[in-house]
Amino acid sequence: MSIQTEVAIVGAGIVGAACAFELAKARVPVAVIDRGFVGGGATAAGMGHIVVMDDSTAQFALTRYSQTLWDELESEAPATVEFDRCGTIWVAADEEEMAAVRRKSAYYNERGVRTEILDANALREAEPNLRDGLAGGLFVPGDSVLYAPCAAEFLLREARKRGAEIYLGQPGVAIGQGTVSVADGTTFVAKYVVNATGHDAPRLTPGINVKSRKGHLVITDRYPRMIRHQLVELGYLKSAHSIKTDSVAFNVQPRKTGQVLIGSSRQYDVAGTDVDAQILSAMLARAFRYIPSLASASSIRTWAGFRAATPDKLPLIGPWTEDPSVILAAGHEGLGITTSLATGRLVTDQILGRTPAISIEPYLPSRQMSGAHA
Amino acid sequence: MPDTVTVRVNGRAVTVPAGATVAVAILAAGAISRFSVTGHPRAPFCGMGTCFECRSEINGQPHRRGCQILCEPGMNIQSDG
Repeated sequence: MSIQTEVAIVGAGIVGAACAFELAKARVPVAVIDRGFVGGGATAAGMGHIVVMDDSTAQFALTRYSQTLWDELESEAPATVEFDRCGTIWVAADEEEMAAVRRKSAYYNERGVRTEILDANALREAEPNLRDGLAGGLFVPGDSVLYAPCAAEFLLREARKRGAEIYLGQPGVAIGQGTVSVADGTTFVAKYVVNATGHDAPRLTPGINVKSRKGHLVITDRYPRMIRHQLVELGYLKSAHSIKTDSVAFNVQPRKTGQVLIGSSRQYDVAGTDVDAQILSAMLARAFRYIPSLASASSIRTWAGFRAATPDKLPLIGPWTEDPSVILAAGHEGLGITTSLATGRLVTDQILGRTPAISIEPYLPSRQMSGAHA
Repeated sequence: MPDTVTVRVNGRAVTVPAGATVAVAILAAGAISRFSVTGHPRAPFCGMGTCFECRSEINGQPHRRGCQILCEPGMNIQSDG
């Protein structure tokens, strides 16, 4: 069987859903294909933090742009999306990290992102369960959290209202030259094929540099108000950037239900989503160092998933140089929830020839061709 | 060793056989253990520590699995309903 459409999107995670949402809004006929169900991969495995980041100017531009798109959607999102503008506090353990707080604050403020520098007392007031002796932190009130699988569902529901077709339970076997072949023998024929399959993207587009970076999370039972903001250690900027070695960082998130999500870990070259007791213990020990009372909380689930990591920590958005009918929308690493909407918008801009609101240049896959084989 | 033990479930005295778990006391009291995050009433189900449906507050500690804890005299069990 053969199905005709304008754009075939492989992957119904948050990125594929956002692409479908934006394309359908622009009245482009789309089909979304997924091996499993909506938001069942990294979308379900991650935290759902809408966060402005400043590792690079390109990362800042994309996260900031995408955050404004999420904010525009907030009023339309159903309660299941659990959108909560709780803000982020970047926690500084010592004076060295307080210097980073001041640098980060200046960078954000210069670019129109409101921040508030917290000294030790202000931090204790904002988060009474953090341990004593921390130096302070940076409060970014515009950041949010949401429940990503339901956000993906919401985006696809909106897309479907505008004519998008969704095909679930069929893995894409091969893509290229305007076609997607799926396991049951169906072929989708389209002008463009969007590869939005996250860490699995190189399977359908061999030659791109996207690696799987495993992460663990724990969710606790309900302890309302134990924490009030997304809390991330500033040391994260040191630990999470190490490409080669396994690392853990303090990164916890309050859910609207009162549950607490505890992260985070990063591991390369590990196959399978089995929970690794050793790195999980290290991750929890790190969290207990910041919030001692968390150690007596009950956890109800532990799981692991894969981020899609690129060498320069920026996603691949745009046509693949070896087959321009293939549009890549993958490699979002730990920021896919944040940057999904901007990705959908940029992909749609590309396909329609519209001028994008931010330069797409830093995210174009062609950058992986120059020197990629060195 | 006495044959029975008396605990309080939501403020009400409940007497169960010695060696009974908190989950038993909750069922004997005709109570439920908890409401889910979406507001559904839940009661002890698997009885072997796997399903987590029997969670309730025991002596002030929240979210304890009642099927894994034996009743002790005077124990104070607080469930959601």
